[in-house]
Amino acid sequence: MSQEHIELFTKKAEAVSAIVKRIDKLNEAYAYAVDVCLNKNACQLLLSGCENAISDEASDLCEAKAADKVMAAPKLADDQYAELAKAAEKAGVKLIADGLRNHLAGIDIGFAVADLGLAETGSLVLDSSSEDLRLSTMVSEINVVVLPLSKLRASSYEAEAELLPMMQKAPNYLAFITGASRTADIERVLAIGVHGPLELHILLWEDA
Amino acid sequence: MQTAVKIEEYLQEVEESLGNEFQRKALDTFAVAYRTGRANAFAGMDVKGLVDEIAQAKDDGIRRMDELYNQFKQKAESMGVHVHLAETAEEANRIIARIAKDNDCKKVIKAKSMTAEETHLNTHLEAEGLKVVESDLGEWIIQMRGEGPSHMVMPAIHLSRFQVADLFAGVTKKEQDPDIPKLVKVARRELRKEYVEADMGISGSNFAVVETGTIGLVTNEGNARLATTLPRVHVALVGLEKLTPTLHDALRILRALPRNATGQQITSYVTWITGPNECKGAPDDKKVMHVVFLDNGRKKLAKDKDFAQILRCIRCGACANVCPVYRLVGGHKYGHVYIGAIGLIMTYFFHGKDKAKFLVQNCVNCGACKEVCAAGIDLPRLIKEIHAMIQDEDGHPAQSKLMGLVLKNRTLFHTLLKNMRWAQKPFAERDGQYIRHLPTVFMKDKDQDFRKLPTIADKAFRDEWKSIKPEVRNPTLRVALFSGCVQDFVYPEQMKAAVKIIASTGTVELDYPMKQSCCGLPVNMMGEKQAAVEVARQNVLAIDPSKYDYIMTMCASCASHLKHSYPKLLENDADLAPKVAQFADKVIDFSSFIHDVLQISSMKFNRSGKRIGYHAPCHLCRGLEVREAPREAINMAHDYVPTSEEEVCCGFGGSYSMKFPAISKTLLAKKMANLEAGDIAAVATDCPGCVMQIRGGMKASGKDIEVKHVAELLAERLR
Repeated sequence: MSQEHIELFTKKAEAVSAIVKRIDKLNEAYAYAVDVCLNKNACQLLLSGCENAISDEASDLCEAKAADKVMAAPKLADDQYAELAKAAEKAGVKLIADGLRNHLAGIDIGFAVADLGLAETGSLVLDSSSEDLRLSTMVSEINVVVLPLSKLRASSYEAEAELLPMMQKAPNYLAFITGASRTADIERVLAIGVHGPLELHILLWEDA
Repeated sequence: MQTAVKIEEYLQEVEESLGNEFQRKALDTFAVAYRTGRANAFAGMDVKGLVDEIAQAKDDGIRRMDELYNQFKQKAESMGVHVHLAETAEEANRIIARIAKDNDCKKVIKAKSMTAEETHLNTHLEAEGLKVVESDLGEWIIQMRGEGPSHMVMPAIHLSRFQVADLFAGVTKKEQDPDIPKLVKVARRELRKEYVEADMGISGSNFAVVETGTIGLVTNEGNARLATTLPRVHVALVGLEKLTPTLHDALRILRALPRNATGQQITSYVTWITGPNECKGAPDDKKVMHVVFLDNGRKKLAKDKDFAQILRCIRCGACANVCPVYRLVGGHKYGHVYIGAIGLIMTYFFHGKDKAKFLVQNCVNCGACKEVCAAGIDLPRLIKEIHAMIQDEDGHPAQSKLMGLVLKNRTLFHTLLKNMRWAQKPFAERDGQYIRHLPTVFMKDKDQDFRKLPTIADKAFRDEWKSIKPEVRNPTLRVALFSGCVQDFVYPEQMKAAVKIIASTGTVELDYPMKQSCCGLPVNMMGEKQAAVEVARQNVLAIDPSKYDYIMTMCASCASHLKHSYPKLLENDADLAPKVAQFADKVIDFSSFIHDVLQISSMKFNRSGKRIGYHAPCHLCRGLEVREAPREAINMAHDYVPTSEEEVCCGFGGSYSMKFPAISKTLLAKKMANLEAGDIAAVATDCPGCVMQIRGGMKASGKDIEVKHVAELLAERLR
């Protein structure tokens, strides 16, 4: 993949507040995700809303949150999951692969590997047909996504030939994700994390 | 939502909106920021090419609507999706309510859908005993306030953080801080609970991709992802015009939609749902998925040769973003459900004549919407067409009917204008240049006093022509002058200035065909289409285009009307058609003619060293896409100084300013403030209507900035 596309991807993703890093090996991604998790406060998810003046009913949902630090990594290959689990365990982070419906109050980190990247807009493409993957990329407060550079394409047009077969294999739930969840609905002031993740970290992996 | 029953009520509501300072300021800031944001988002892209491609692809899809629907249905049903076609809004609502009942759903979480706004779906479902919660932040806010959206993409743009904080205090029963990030987090928390409890998710759809049977959703907040994931039933309500044959068609629209809507390269989430996906909240782990296509007049519209193009709309809302009237009054007074320029048109087709009849009059015809439209819809023309259609159905107002009758008879019209010179004497100011106050028979005097209106000139240009026609021995070009009524009867000095400059080259034979009449734009603006057609025919017959190399006019509005509207107005006149095409082709504006065609040199002028601002007439910069020529022309004799928002309408709009004086006045005030901030001695423009408006405004408010036609400013420095 050309350096030009990598730079364009980085520039566009950073422009929408994503944090972009380069990694050489997948192991670095596990360490990175665990590190991000450790550096945030579990259950004091400062941006998630629980600390605000919410209704009693809404705060009941906050109560449902696990006391541990939780990371979710659905749909990871078995060996990859095992590696990540090792790193997580060492740091005292609870790693889960499914049952995300039991965590709708929010989890700390969602970890995933992207299927494609679109340089033109700094977007990640994730086949989210698995409900757990869909949810982990939405209810996590920080989303850490690995993008193998072999999967980086110039634009959606360039990726079309690969997107089409994914969409043709029904059922399918495909997501283009660009930056964190955002809104400008109140006075056009940009606010991050309205329904989904508050942060998106993208790890560009030199996989080839 | 537009509810007025009488035009007076509508005018009253419009004036109230003008008084809403928060809204005015919010829309103003947005309008200015949007311009830059959009330009950045499209930087380096062939925008025109993209717009053309979208228009063509949409037109193709619109033509094949039935076929595409059948293919989508077949494809989606083979994957286990239930596909419905609702003929009316009511039927769509009934189908969705039945789906809820059949699946034992009590609570609905909704992702933003303009189509559901169109059908008033929430009201219907609530009456059926369902609890419906909007999940898009802006939609949730206005839902709780019992309002409709005031912008297609930013539904709550009319509200302040304080209003939102008060609203949230009511919902949470806790005091709320008017801090935006905090309010957003409160909404996040409150709405998360709603997703958890909902058993049905309802979404709209930006695309229905036929080749894969996929629904495409474009959001920033991600609410559509949650609303289509958590509940066990998903219903997508989709307008038939969203059907698109291929994924490529959808990706193409996606290149334009966020860029044109908010200046984003892409939204945070674009979601493509193909078939009923895994849903662990459902008994068999599989989502129940329904797609309800809405007709509600779309099929009929698709067959209309003129109006089918409104189905190209991709709902980006850009036409509102650039509309100077929307910017002043907001969407609740500039739309019914759909807002902005496209809203004015859609209101007529989707919500009926009564809802649209005042709205369509409130278009100043500046063309900003047409220029920005991602699908190349000719919005201003269609708004006028509807205005005319409504008048044909409802009867024409006495005033516009009279105007139509008068304009159709050139001799009568010109006699009346000449007689007005005498009639106005008692109303003229001492120096005779402005009318002191207006005879009340014409209009309400006090509403118009934001500007001084000029008196009719002592001698019309046509009456002086014989004596000033330049003698040219060996002409290389033959040019017909088209004066338009204002320069003929009110500002003949502008025409004389142009003649002086052109004559100085000694190469152009000028002619002023005496049978020319008003271009017809004023009656077109008043919805008198038949009169506009007849006047157009008279002018084409009066000026035989085969005799001239150019037909030059110094009025931007006339020029754009002659060039672009005549071929449309006379399209049913087979005999005249070739002549009309030739006529339209030869129309040129003054600045382009002297700068681009004659290539007059700056050596011809004594530079003044005066700082001159420029006001770009809507019909010149957008209507004819003439941008550089006038500025460079000014610079030949003076120092052209750029000022803010040169291409924003001055609020004249001909009869518009008589009908909506409050809006015209506000637009003018803004225009004058921008010009004043430029520290200039004079303003040049190339439309007599704009001269009338801006000069009259300067005069009424006692400002000493001169306002002149480009030709006048050049003629005074001719060596």
